[in-house]
Amino acid sequence: MSAALTRIFAIARITFIEMARLRVFYVLVLFALALVLGSSFLARISFQQELQVTEDIALGAVNFFLSLLAILITAQLLPRDMEDRVIYSVLAKPVTRFEYMLGKFLGVVALLSVSAIAMSLLCVAIIHLREQTAIRETMAQMAQSTPADRAAALRGVYEAGAMNRLSAALAAALAKGIILAALTLCVSSFATSSVFTISAMAMIYLVGNLESVARDYWLHQQVPSVLARAFLAVVTFVFPDLQAFNLTDQLFAGAVLSSDLLLRLAGLAAVYTASYLLIAMAFFSQREL
Amino acid sequence: MKLILVLALIMAIFIPAKLELESYLSRGDAPLKLGVRERIGQSAYVAVLGGFRSVIADLLFIDASAAWERTDWTQLLLRLRQATELQPHSIMFWDVAAWHMAWNASIAAERDETRAPSARLRASREYIQLGRDFLERGVAHNPDQPQLYEALARLYRDRLHDHARAAENFYKASQLPGHMAYDERFSAYELSWCKDHEHEREAYERLRALYLRGENERLPTLISRLKFLEQKLNIRPAERLIR
Repeated sequence: MSAALTRIFAIARITFIEMARLRVFYVLVLFALALVLGSSFLARISFQQELQVTEDIALGAVNFFLSLLAILITAQLLPRDMEDRVIYSVLAKPVTRFEYMLGKFLGVVALLSVSAIAMSLLCVAIIHLREQTAIRETMAQMAQSTPADRAAALRGVYEAGAMNRLSAALAAALAKGIILAALTLCVSSFATSSVFTISAMAMIYLVGNLESVARDYWLHQQVPSVLARAFLAVVTFVFPDLQAFNLTDQLFAGAVLSSDLLLRLAGLAAVYTASYLLIAMAFFSQREL
Repeated sequence: MKLILVLALIMAIFIPAKLELESYLSRGDAPLKLGVRERIGQSAYVAVLGGFRSVIADLLFIDASAAWERTDWTQLLLRLRQATELQPHSIMFWDVAAWHMAWNASIAAERDETRAPSARLRASREYIQLGRDFLERGVAHNPDQPQLYEALARLYRDRLHDHARAAENFYKASQLPGHMAYDERFSAYELSWCKDHEHEREAYERLRALYLRGENERLPTLISRLKFLEQKLNIRPAERLIR
C-alpha cells in the first residue's frame, strides 16, 4: 500500500513540475493576476458599489482562469506522455494504470491549488484594501449621522466584503477546477488528441452550467417528447452542475453560506471527482497503448 | 462488455448522491429568464451561461454609468433593466436604477427646453413612474431588505409628494432587520404631513410614543411636528408634552 502511494506521489510530483514548466501555465496565471489587479481600477468607473464590482470581477477572473487552466493543462497530460513515449517506459515498470492516472490527476490538483492560492491572496488583498477605502468614505459621508445609522452603514460595507464568504467562493472556484480536471482526464482517456479534448470540454463546460435547468425540466416539468426527455435525463445523469459552484451570485444576493451548504458542496465536488476519475480509469484500463 | 458493466456500476453508485446533493444546492437560485438573450446579446448571453452572470451584470452597470454621464437616458434605462434582470438580488442595482430614473432623468426632462411645457411634465412623470417600477420590482424580488422600502419611501416623499405611501414604506422598512434607526421616526413625520384627521391622529400617537422613549428620540423635527399636531388636534394643555 505504502509502495503504491510512493509511486502515485512520485508521478504527481513529476507531473506538477512538468506542467509548471509549461508556458501556458505562466501566461494564464499572469493574465489572471492582471485581471484580479485590474478589477480594482475597473471598479472605479462604476461610480457606486465599487467594492461589489471589485469582488465580482476578481472572483470571476479567478473562476475563469482556474477552469481554463484545469482544462488546458489536463488535456495535454496523456497526449504529451504518448507523444514523448514516456507513458510506455512508466507503465513498463511496476506501476498500474490506476496509479499512473491518479498520480497525474494529483499533480494537476497540486498545480491548481498553488495557482488558486496565488490568485486568492491577491484577490483578498485587493478586496481588503477596497473595503478599507469604503469604510473611510462611509465614515466621512456619515460624520453627521447618529452612531446607530453609522453602524448600520458600516455593517453594509463589512457584509459586502465579508472575508469568510469570499474564502468560500474561492474554495468553490478551486473545487470547480478540480472537477473540470477530473472530467478532462475522463474525456482524454478515450480521446485521440488534445484538440478534441479541449473542444469537447468547452461544450461540456457550457452544458454543465445549464445542467440545473435540464434537471429541473426532467424532474418537475412535463416534457411530451420521449426523445427530449431522454436527452434531459442524459444531461442530468452525466454532466456536473457547475452553476452550483458559482458562489459569486449568492455573495451578490447577500445570502448566508451555511456550513451545511458548504459541506454539501464539498460532498458534491467529491462525488463528481470520484465518479469521473473512476470512469477515466475504466476507459484507460481498456485502452490499447 | 466489461467496460459497460463497470460504467453502469459507477453510475448506479454515484447518480443518486449526485441528484440528491444537486437538488439541495439549487434551491433558491434565481432562474434566468429566456428573454434575457434578446436583451443582452448573444456574446454576453454565452458568458452568462458560462457562469459569469455577476460579471456581465457589473459590466452592464458600468455601461449604465457611462450612459448617465452622456445623459443618454434611453441607453441608461436599457442597461439598468438588463443589469437588474441578471442580478435581481442586488439591492444597489434597484436602488441606483430608481434614483437615475426618478431623479436624474426626470429632472433633466423637466428642464429640457427643447420641449413644450406639457411634454416636459409628461416625460418627467413617466421617468418617476419608471423609478417607482424599479423599486417595486426590487421589493418583489427582495421582500426582506429594508433598503428598498426606504428608497421607495424617499421616492414617494420627495418625487410624488405622497406622504401616506412614504409613511407606509418607512414603517415597513422599520419592521425589518438591518433597517436604519430613523425609519420609524421618518414614518411618523410623513404621517404628520398628511392632511386628513385620521392620519394626523396616528402620527400624533406615534410621535408621542417616540418622544416618551427618551432623550435620543427628542430631535428638533420631532419636537416641532409634535408641537404642531398638539395644536392642530387641540390636545388638552395638561396632556401636551411640548409647552
